[in-house]
Amino acid sequence: MSDTFFSAAPHWAWFIILYFFVGGIAGGASLLAAVADWFGGPEDRPVVRTGYNVAAVGAILSGALLTIDLGRPLRFWHMLFQSANFPTIMFKGWSPISFGAWGLLLFGLFSVLAALGGMAEEGRLSNPALRAVGGAVRGGLAKLVGGVAGLLGVFIAGYTGILLAVTNRPVWADSPWLGALFIASGMSTGAAALILLAPRRGATEQSLARLSAFDTRALVVELLVLVLFLASLGSVNRVWVGFWGLVLLVGVVGLGILAPLRLHMQRRPLASAAKLVLLGGFLLRLATIFVSEGIEHYRVTAGM
Amino acid sequence: MPEPMGFFTDTTVCIGCKACEVACKEWNQLPAENGGVGELSGDSYDNTRKLDGIHWRHVRFIEQFKAPYDGRWLMMSDVCKHCVQAGCLEVCPTGAIIRTDFDTVVIQSDVCNGCRACIAACPFGVIDVNPVSGTAQKCTLCYDRLKVGLEPACSKACPTDSIQFGSIAELRTRAHKRVDQLKAQGVKAELYGADPDGALGGLNSFYLLIDEPEVYGLPRHPQLPSRNLTKSATFSAASAAVLGVLALVGLRKRRMDEQSRGGGGAGNV
Repeated sequence: MSDTFFSAAPHWAWFIILYFFVGGIAGGASLLAAVADWFGGPEDRPVVRTGYNVAAVGAILSGALLTIDLGRPLRFWHMLFQSANFPTIMFKGWSPISFGAWGLLLFGLFSVLAALGGMAEEGRLSNPALRAVGGAVRGGLAKLVGGVAGLLGVFIAGYTGILLAVTNRPVWADSPWLGALFIASGMSTGAAALILLAPRRGATEQSLARLSAFDTRALVVELLVLVLFLASLGSVNRVWVGFWGLVLLVGVVGLGILAPLRLHMQRRPLASAAKLVLLGGFLLRLATIFVSEGIEHYRVTAGM
Repeated sequence: MPEPMGFFTDTTVCIGCKACEVACKEWNQLPAENGGVGELSGDSYDNTRKLDGIHWRHVRFIEQFKAPYDGRWLMMSDVCKHCVQAGCLEVCPTGAIIRTDFDTVVIQSDVCNGCRACIAACPFGVIDVNPVSGTAQKCTLCYDRLKVGLEPACSKACPTDSIQFGSIAELRTRAHKRVDQLKAQGVKAELYGADPDGALGGLNSFYLLIDEPEVYGLPRHPQLPSRNLTKSATFSAASAAVLGVLALVGLRKRRMDEQSRGGGGAGNV
C-alpha cells in the first residue's frame, strides 16, 4: 500500500474543482491569445481579444472561488503578506499554494490589463478611467502585457496539478504527471472556450479552424499524458474501481477526448466538439479530486 | 534556548482509558463533536476514530480478532508527530505554522486562513479543520503549558506513563532501554520515529510498537510533500513546451501558406 493512504483528505471540493476548471480555461485561453497576438495576423484579433477577456474573467472568478473556499475568507491576504508584519511579502517558492497565490494575482493583473487593451481597441469602454487604462495598453506594451499574461496563464493552468502532487494524498502525490495533464486539459478547454465565444466578436472561419486544429493536437497530447499518469500510479490505480473510474473512462476519455477528436476528424460543426471538450475538462478535475477526497485514512487502517 | 522536547509513547502499556483525549480536550477547550450528542462508530469500541481539528489526541484501538477468544488488543495514543522536517510547515502559505523554541510545530490560529494545504501535506493524517475557528488545528504539545514549566495535559493525565514527556535526548535513551527489555522478554518491539537520521529527520513524538507501523495507521516511510516538486514541475514545463510549440507551429504553418499564396519573403515569417 502506498504511504499516501495514511494521510487525511483536505476537503477540497466543489469550489476548488470549479477553480481548477476555470483556471485551466483562463490559462489556456490566455496563452492561445498571446500566441495569436504575437504571431497571428489582423484577422486573428477577435480571437486575441476574446482570449484575454476569458483570461480576465476567469482570473477574477478564480480569485473569488479560492477566497470563498477558505475557512476564514477575510484572511485571504495572509497568503500574500505576513499578517503580523504587513506589508512584508509572504512567499514560499517551494510551496505551490504560495507561489500559486502570487501567480494568480499577477495573472489577474496582466490579463485584466490585456483585456482592457483589447476592449479599448474595439471602442467598447465607456468608463473614462477604464478607457484611459485600456488606451494606454497598445502597440508594443500591449504585446508585452499579453505575452506575460499568456506565460502566467500556462502557469495557472498547470500549477494546480503540481499543488496536488506536492501533498501526501493518494493519487495526487503518487504521480508526477498531474501538472502536465492539467496543462494539456487547460489548453484544450481554453481553445474550446475560444471556439465557442470568439464568433460573437467576429472571429473568422480561418481563425476558428486553426483553433480547432490546435484543439485536436492538444486532445491527443492530453490522452497521451493521461495514459502516462495512470501508468505512473501503479497499484494505486485500484482506487479507480468504482464510480470515479467510470467518470474518468466514460466522461473524460470517451466524451471529453475521443468523441471531440472524432468530431474534429469528421469536420463536424466546431461548437459541439468544443462543448464536449469543456465537459471532459470539468469531469477530469471532478474525478481526480473526488477519487482522492473519498479516501479516509482511518478507514484504510481499519481495513474498511 | 530550551532543548528539543517531545513525547515517547510506549504502546505496550496503554490501556485505552482515553484520559489523554479528555485531558487534551479539556485543557485546550476543544468543542464537542456533533453538538455533544454521542455517536457510536458501530464497528469498534473506539468511538472517536481519528485525529482531527477537535481531537488533538486519539487513542487508537487495534482490535485484532481472528475468532472468538483468539486475538489481542493493541492500543496507541496518537498525536501530532512534531516532525523535525514537517510537511505541514513546509507547504503552509500563510506562515501560520511555525517551529517553536521547544522544536515543536504549532499552528497559529490567528494567522491561519483555512486553506487546508497542511491537511493534505501531513503524511500522518493529523491535521483537520476546527469547525468553530474555521482554521486548521492540531496538537500544540501544550506550548502554553511548556512556557510556564508544566508538562502537556495528556502526559500529565496518562495513568500508566504510556505517554512520556521530556527532552528528546532523554526520551530516546529511555525508549532504547525499554525496547531492549521487551526484546529480552521475547516481544517483537521496534521504535518508530526515534532515529534522527530516519524519515523526516526524526519525530519529536515517537512510538514503541509491537507490530508493523501500518497496523497502527502509520506510514512505513513518511515523506515530505516537496519530494514531488521538481519532477512534477519538470514534467509540467515539458507539457507546456510541447503545447506551446504546437500552438506556434499552427500559426507558422498558416503564415507560410499565406506566403506561398502571396509570395511573401522569408523575413515575413
